[in-house]
Formats: sequence, C-alpha cells, structure tokens
Amino acid sequence: MKPLWTVLALTTALTLPSIAAAREVTLTTTLREYRGENAFLALYMTDASGAYVGSLWLAASKARWYDSLSDWYRATGGSYAEVSGITGASVGAGRTLTVTLDLADALIDAGYQIHIDTAVEHLYSSPSEIVVPLTSEGAGTPVAGRAIIDSFTYSM
Amino acid sequence: MSRILHRWAALPLALVLSLVAISGAWLSLLPLNVAGAGDSSLDLGQFAAQVVAAVPATEQIRRTPAGQVTAVSFDPAVGMVETVIDQASGAALGPVAETPFATWVLDLHRALFLGDAGRIVVIVASLAMVALVVSGLALAARRMGGWRAIFLPVRGGAASGRWHLMIARLGAPALVLSSLTALWMAGATFGIVPEGTMPPEMTPVSGTTGMRLDAMSALAGVPVTDLLQLQFPRAGDANAIYTLETTAGIGYIDQGTGALLGWADRSLTDRIMDTVHLLHTGEGAALLGLLLGLSVLAMPLLSGTGIAVWLAGRSRKPKLKNTAAEEAETIVLVGSEGGTTWEFARALQAAITAAGGTVHLAPMSDFEPARYRAARRVVVMAASYGDGDAPASAKGFLDRVGQMPKPPAAPLAVLGFGDRAFPKFCAYAEAVARAAEAAGWHMLMPMDYIDAQAQAPFKTWVGRLADAMGVSLDLHAPASHEEMVTLQLISRRDFGAQSQAPTSILRFQLPRISLMDRLRKRGFARFAAGDLLGVLPVGDSRLRYYSLASGMQDGFVEICVRKQPGGLCSGQLTSLNPGDQVRALLRPNPGFHAAEGPEPLILIGAGAGVGPLAGFARANRQKRPIHLYFGTRSAEGEMLFGSELTEWRAEGRLASLTTAFSRSQPRTYVQDALRQDGARVASLIAQGARVMICGGRDMALGVAEAFDEILAPMNLNPVLLKAEGRYVEDIF
Repeated sequence: MKPLWTVLALTTALTLPSIAAAREVTLTTTLREYRGENAFLALYMTDASGAYVGSLWLAASKARWYDSLSDWYRATGGSYAEVSGITGASVGAGRTLTVTLDLADALIDAGYQIHIDTAVEHLYSSPSEIVVPLTSEGAGTPVAGRAIIDSFTYSM
Repeated sequence: MSRILHRWAALPLALVLSLVAISGAWLSLLPLNVAGAGDSSLDLGQFAAQVVAAVPATEQIRRTPAGQVTAVSFDPAVGMVETVIDQASGAALGPVAETPFATWVLDLHRALFLGDAGRIVVIVASLAMVALVVSGLALAARRMGGWRAIFLPVRGGAASGRWHLMIARLGAPALVLSSLTALWMAGATFGIVPEGTMPPEMTPVSGTTGMRLDAMSALAGVPVTDLLQLQFPRAGDANAIYTLETTAGIGYIDQGTGALLGWADRSLTDRIMDTVHLLHTGEGAALLGLLLGLSVLAMPLLSGTGIAVWLAGRSRKPKLKNTAAEEAETIVLVGSEGGTTWEFARALQAAITAAGGTVHLAPMSDFEPARYRAARRVVVMAASYGDGDAPASAKGFLDRVGQMPKPPAAPLAVLGFGDRAFPKFCAYAEAVARAAEAAGWHMLMPMDYIDAQAQAPFKTWVGRLADAMGVSLDLHAPASHEEMVTLQLISRRDFGAQSQAPTSILRFQLPRISLMDRLRKRGFARFAAGDLLGVLPVGDSRLRYYSLASGMQDGFVEICVRKQPGGLCSGQLTSLNPGDQVRALLRPNPGFHAAEGPEPLILIGAGAGVGPLAGFARANRQKRPIHLYFGTRSAEGEMLFGSELTEWRAEGRLASLTTAFSRSQPRTYVQDALRQDGARVASLIAQGARVMICGGRDMALGVAEAFDEILAPMNLNPVLLKAEGRYVEDIF
C-alpha cells in the first residue's frame, strides 16, 4: 500500500503549534493470513490514563461497521468528524497497511499510546488489539497482535 | 406504459434477478440447520461462566440471529479461533465448520462476485424487481378486468402468459418483501440508511479485576437468546471493561464489580434493521425464511415464461409490405394488446392484396382520416382488454374520432375481438362503433364479433365484407412459405368406403423442426390435439384446415378427412398413399385444447369431428374422467378409431363411450344419446365438467338444444357455460 500523508489537526491534543515541532511517523500494520473478508482498522491515540485523544487513521470502507471497532466507537461515538480526511479502504488478509503522518513532538515519550481496534465482518472484532506506547525507544520494534494483526511497527 | 416498463425492466435483469433469487433460495435453507441452537435454562452470567470453563482464552462470545453461539479466543500459533458453543449448556462443540460454499453463494447473492460494482447491480435489480411487480400487477389487473378480479382463475391466452400470471401471483409478495428488505440493508451498507446505537456515557471503572461472570449483577437474568455479543476486557488491563450487546441495547460492565457502568437502549434504526434482517434472511424465523426462499424461486420461472411471452409477441408483429395511407383503397386499423388480432388483420390484408386491392394496415393509434385520400372503406379490428379498456395499439383512437370535424367519406366496418370468458366482451369495439355513429360516420356493414379467436366466424365475416366490397376474398391465401413444411404420409385407415361419406384417418411423420421454432415453441415444435393443420392442395393457393387428432408427444401428425364430393383438397388427401407428401403448416387453436385439470370432460363429436376428441383421449395419461359421445353412420366400417376407443376405454383414458348411429335402426344422433343420458350429463356439469364439441354446424345446433333441455332444471344453459369457458365448439 502506498504511503498516505496526513497532518493531524483535528483535536486539541494533536494540534500542531507549527510544522517544525512535528516528526514524521510511519505506522506499518501487517495482517495475518486469516480467512474472511477485508478487515476494518481504527488507529488512534490515548493518553497515559487511557483517555482518547485523537484518531490517526480509519481503514473502513463503510460507516456501517464503525461500531464493531468498539473501543474507538465508544470514545468517539463513530463521529465522522473525528476521521474526516483520514479514512481509507479496508485491508485484506495478509496485506500491509502503511500510514505516514506528522505527529507533534509533544506526543512522543509522553505516555501517549497508539491503539488499534480491528474487526472483520461475520468474524470477530478485537478492540485495542494493539496497545503500544509511542516512544523514541520503541520505534522499529515489532509488536504482535492478539487477533488478526501479525505485526505492528512504527518508525520515525 | 406498464407493458413497456415491465418488458424493458425485465429483459436485461432476468439473468441477474434469477441468480439472486436462486442463491437467495439456497441461503434460506441455512437457518434451518444451526449447530448448537436450542433453549437454555441458564442466564447469561451462568452461561458465560460455562463458556469460559470450556474455552479458557475466550475474548468474545457471539450469537448470530440464527441462534449459533460461538466463543472467540486467541491462539498465538494460528490466530483467532472460533468455537461453536451449545446454547443449552455452554459446552464447547468444536471449531466452527468452514463453509466456503455458503460464503461463495452469499457473495454471488449480494455482489455477483464483483464487489461494490456488483452490489450496485444487485441494488438496481432489486429496484427493478419492485417496479416489475407493480407494473406486472397493473398489467394483470388490466388483463383480468379490474383489481378485484386479479385473483380469479386465469383463462384464455397462450400457456406462457397464463403461467407467468399464475406464478407471479404466488411469488409477488415474497419478491416485493425480499427486494424491499434487500434495499434497506443495502442502504445501510452504503451508509444511506442510518444505523447504530450511540454508546452510553460511562461511570468510572473500579480498577479492580477478577469478578466471576456468574456473579455479575449486570448479566444476571439476561436470557442467552437476547445476546448479540459479549466482549471481554483486554487481559492485564484493569481499566478495561466488558462490553455487552443484546437485542435490548448496549452496556458496559466493570470487570471487578460486575456492575453496569453505562447502558443505552438499542436505537430505533437498529431495531428496524433487526426486523428487516429477520424478514430477509429468516435468521431467527427459519420457517418464514424457507417460505420466502421458496417463493422467490418464482423469479427464474417468471424470467422464462416472461421471455416466452415476449418472443411470442415479437413473432406476431406486423411484417407485410404496406401501401401508404394516402394511396390505399382499404384502410385496416388494428387495436391489439398482445398481438393476436394482428394475425387476423394480416390475413385480411393479404386476402385483399391477393384480390388486387391495396391495403394500408396500421395500429388504431395511427388513425389520421385526413390522409386517407384514396380510401373506399375503413376496417377497424379491435380487441378489448380487461374491463373494456382500449388495447395498447388503440390509444387515443376514440378521442380522435370525437374530434373529427366531419366523418370520412369512406364507410366503416368494425369487427370486435374478445373472449366471452371475460366480463366485458368486446366492450371496446362497441365503444368504437358508438363513437363512429355519434360522429355521423357511415357504416359499411353492421358491427360483428369474434369470440376467442374463432376462425370460422372470421371467415364468415370476411365473406360479408367481400360482398360489401363487391370482390371475392380468399382468406387463406396468406400462408407465408417459410411456415410451410412438407409432411410425409406414414399410414392411412379408411372408413365408410361404401357410403357417400368415405373418411380417412391420415397419419404423417413429424417434420423436422428448426432450432428457432424449437426455441420459440412455434410451428410443429409444440402442438396438441385440437390445433389446426392447414393443408395447401396442389393447384390452389388456399389453405384448408383440419383439426389435429394428435399432439407433439404422440410423435406423429394425424388428421381425419372426409372426402367431400368434388372437394379438391379432401380428394387429394384421401388419395394419398404412404410415402406421398403434402405441403402444410400448423395453426395453434388454443380455444379448443383440453385444458389441464381434474374436472371431467364431456366430448361430443360426429363423423370426422371425432378426430381431436380422440386425440384428447389418447393424451389422457392422467386418466381424468373423459366421457365421449360419438355419432357416426353405422357400427360397421364407420367406427373411426374404433379399436383404439375400446382400448382407451379399458385403460381408463376414456371413462365412458356412448355411440349414436344415424343409419342404423333406430336412427340416433349424438343429441339423442345426450338426452337419454340427461341425468348423468347434468350431474357431470354439476361436478364442473367442461363440454367440447367438434363437428358440423347442424350437429352443434342439435347438441346445444339438447343441453338447453338438460341444463334448464339447473338454471344453466350453453351460453352461461360458454361464458365460463366450459362449453367450446370447433365447427366446420
């Protein structure tokens, strides 16, 4: 999948004071070879207490299935405003989703966590299948999922 | 309008709709067989505890609307594992069986394997399905003579049309329901139909863990059958919660206290979707689903019969060369709905052309009196549709007659076509005649009627038209050569050789049938006893018609021919030897078919008229009660089909055989035999029997008188029976 460029500017926590205070981060998510339809993924961030701060990417072709991404849905109410401009197609089994975006420096090494909710129609959903802190140190280290994500890595 | 919409919505979508319907019918079987479905005495807390005991790594318990419960767990080696759970006990029944075929069928059903593009095609087809049912019902109401008559028995017309209507009436409710629910669900898939329940507000978590599921107050008393999904908290995260979704709503449960942290009732849109889903899939109401699934199988049948109707209609479209309206002496205007009246009009056109006249043939809707400058007469041949409505090709005719400043100089002849089985027989043609009279249009001859496409009255009418025109018209000249085939005689049986009325049963080999005829089921590709064989004698251009005594299934073409003194065609036919050939064509005569049904048949025939009746008995494999009254001259040498009739009587193909001999002592005719049998005949009629008569005009009159007497005590008569389609005559 080709890299997708985006600037997060929707929520207070992620708002960039200036582009200079941001860093380019690439999120790479590879799915397992499961049997079933394409998966929906919600990539978003929480603070250290687990409270939602903003969405990074939503891979779900149809709004109909937003609620099966249940942690993300619980935090956002499935609001389209949360993901306007940062949505893309659902992802097939064995495929890799790569998202590149500019993240504010203030989010890095500050206890913020990247969450990924996943769901497959007619199969199952896995809220917060990935929960990983966003740290300089953790960059480049693959993390295994507990449902359909084979590995998740972020690099900066 | 309805017809055009119906046809052009149906043709391109027949295949798509048939695929969707067949796959849907198959899918409707699935909810009948769900592993582990059954009643449970456990509440959701106890049940979930049993599931966790059986599958310790459970992260999610799900229940489909069809009643299958599964536990989802994670195995680092293979990924997610889904285990079927027995709904009654919570015990594990083994991994979920893979159903690649069901998945394949579902993909075909929803998207024709084409993803979103396919989904859109299916959506358009579903919309078209609704349009088809609505326009189809409008057509049916027109055909049947009103919305109230729409569920009356279907009579008349070609078999494909009758079946189309009968299947449609059965299948329409399920087709509409399935289409509308499909559109609703597709609307949700594409985000047009709102869906989803807003998540509830949540009070803070306790931060503790380890509460047993069967001790949780939030799960106590919740029926297992209400469950949609129970999502377990992420292991090792004390802030995570249980998320419970049931048919009642969505709630969050604290993993340490088991208390409800928030609750939202299921939204109205989700409840509507639950009902729509239930109605469309039968998941949760398997028998209803099966009923709907079977009903939508009407769709492929409707496609087939609909295409047959369309092909039959196409082959009836006008195709002769036409004189321009300004130059023709005779203007023939046709008001026809399905196209049968065009056949009569073309026959008339060809006959007038053959007699040296010029004809302009046009639909009544093209009526333009100002253009008819050379016209000496205007002939209107008009069918009625349903409740006396204007047929499709006559739209606007009456208005234009009413608006004429002065009537055309050329006088008018009106011939109405209809079927006495319908309530307003020939009502439209009558309206035409009245309007013409009101406009002061001079009539060439009085208006006349043709009932049920009968050939003989049409011939008579053409004779009168010829007299009025001062010419001689040869109605059967028009046989187009492409319809003619060569028939080879296989065998002949002769009767009454010594009498003045020698009669032969001639049996011909089935001709070769072209692929096109086979596909369109026309010509010799499909015929039954009672249809007509048009024979072209050598040295003449006029066809002579004989009723067929055999059907396609008998594997031969058989007719009875009585040698007429000086008769050209009958003389040639009765002198044929096996191996000799004749030129002939097939003319369907649906008005004189032994329509299927359990009710008894009373067949009455004299002389060669026994031919089609014998054919009905021969085809009577299902042994419906057929009572044959056969009049002939004597028992010696004049019993047509004698040995077969005895045989069929023994086999039960004939329930009874009554003969009347007009040259034996005492002389009896079939009408005498009927009178003697009056009580039985009356009781058969009371059972719903249908009467079919074949023979000469005098015999038919005598038989009608006999029936008048027999039926009088029942307040019935042949005319009333005719109106019900229960008294039909084939007279020569």
